[in-house]
Amino acid sequence: MSLTNNKIKEKLVQKFGESVCGFEENYELLTFEAPKEINLKVLQFLYDDEELNFQFMTDLCAAHYPDNIGKELAVVYHLHNLKDNIRLRFKVYTSIQKPDVYTATQLFSAANWMERETYDFYGVNFVGHPNLKRILNVDEMDYFPLRKEYPLEDQTRLDKDDEMFGRGGTVV
Amino acid sequence: MRPVRFNINPKEAQANTSIGMANTPAGYSGEGFFATQLSSVVGLARKNSLWPMPFATSCCGIEFMATMASHYDLARFGAERVGFSPRQCDLLMVMRTIAKKMGPVLKQVYLQMAEPRWVLSVGACASSGGIFDTYSVLQGIDQIIPVDVYVPGCAPRPEAILDGFMKIQELVGKESIRRRNSDHYKALLATYGIE
Repeated sequence: MSLTNNKIKEKLVQKFGESVCGFEENYELLTFEAPKEINLKVLQFLYDDEELNFQFMTDLCAAHYPDNIGKELAVVYHLHNLKDNIRLRFKVYTSIQKPDVYTATQLFSAANWMERETYDFYGVNFVGHPNLKRILNVDEMDYFPLRKEYPLEDQTRLDKDDEMFGRGGTVV
Repeated sequence: MRPVRFNINPKEAQANTSIGMANTPAGYSGEGFFATQLSSVVGLARKNSLWPMPFATSCCGIEFMATMASHYDLARFGAERVGFSPRQCDLLMVMRTIAKKMGPVLKQVYLQMAEPRWVLSVGACASSGGIFDTYSVLQGIDQIIPVDVYVPGCAPRPEAILDGFMKIQELVGKESIRRRNSDHYKALLATYGIE
């Protein structure tokens, strides 16, 4: 194995210094975070560097941490180096009041639909995305259903007795 | 061990016992004539020649396939001809989960059917959303189109679907031929935004 997690970490720290942080290895999967302003710079570096070669985007998604004030939304990039068969996870955090993150569509075509999905469910505004609109939910939906403040259940129903579902409350 | 049963004593088919005959509607008969209400004749004809339009999205659709196949044989009820064009069909059979995004499609299919048309909602999901109490699933197709008969179950067995089908036949047979022109019916459709 030519490329190791430590090597990747070294190269990133050498290039970006203190900006990249939060390195951890869960089940040998390297994970780190960076400020959202430099997300494209980090992705481009991982893509272009002769040794790193992270040129395949496996997944792009988001997560909502309501207690993480100022950094409520995390956008997660899963990258794959096909040459050395190494994967990594890269996170950027953004506040929920202004969830603007630069789009990765210029770098990875695969990011197009995945960013639309992330926008659809979490409302992350990908700046520069060519066609940022809902992809899976109905166009009329006026909220982002996977954010934690919205209950999972359909709120338009009047005939369901919550007690029957172990959630308390009764039908009025 | 269960004994293997072979069909060693085949029963001779007899036309008078193995073919079901529809009962004659009430009326006056005499030598060479029979007089009855038009609506009961029309009802009799309609109920025994329903053309179903299956709208199956998943597992209840599998039960419907069993219902159509030789063992349960929906064809016995005059529904031999399953049409896959809504314009030719009388009965819309909606089977299983309809996501909110599918809603407009289902409504379009319903609108393409010619009057008189009936709707059979098969399964818990089509009838009420079922276990999918979630933001993406329509909580019962009766939110977008009128439903005549609901078949509960997850998924209902073919017997249950046949029972629902027979309930539809009952409705069809008894329906007045003027119902579809009535103000009451138009008001019902208007509540769904259908002219």
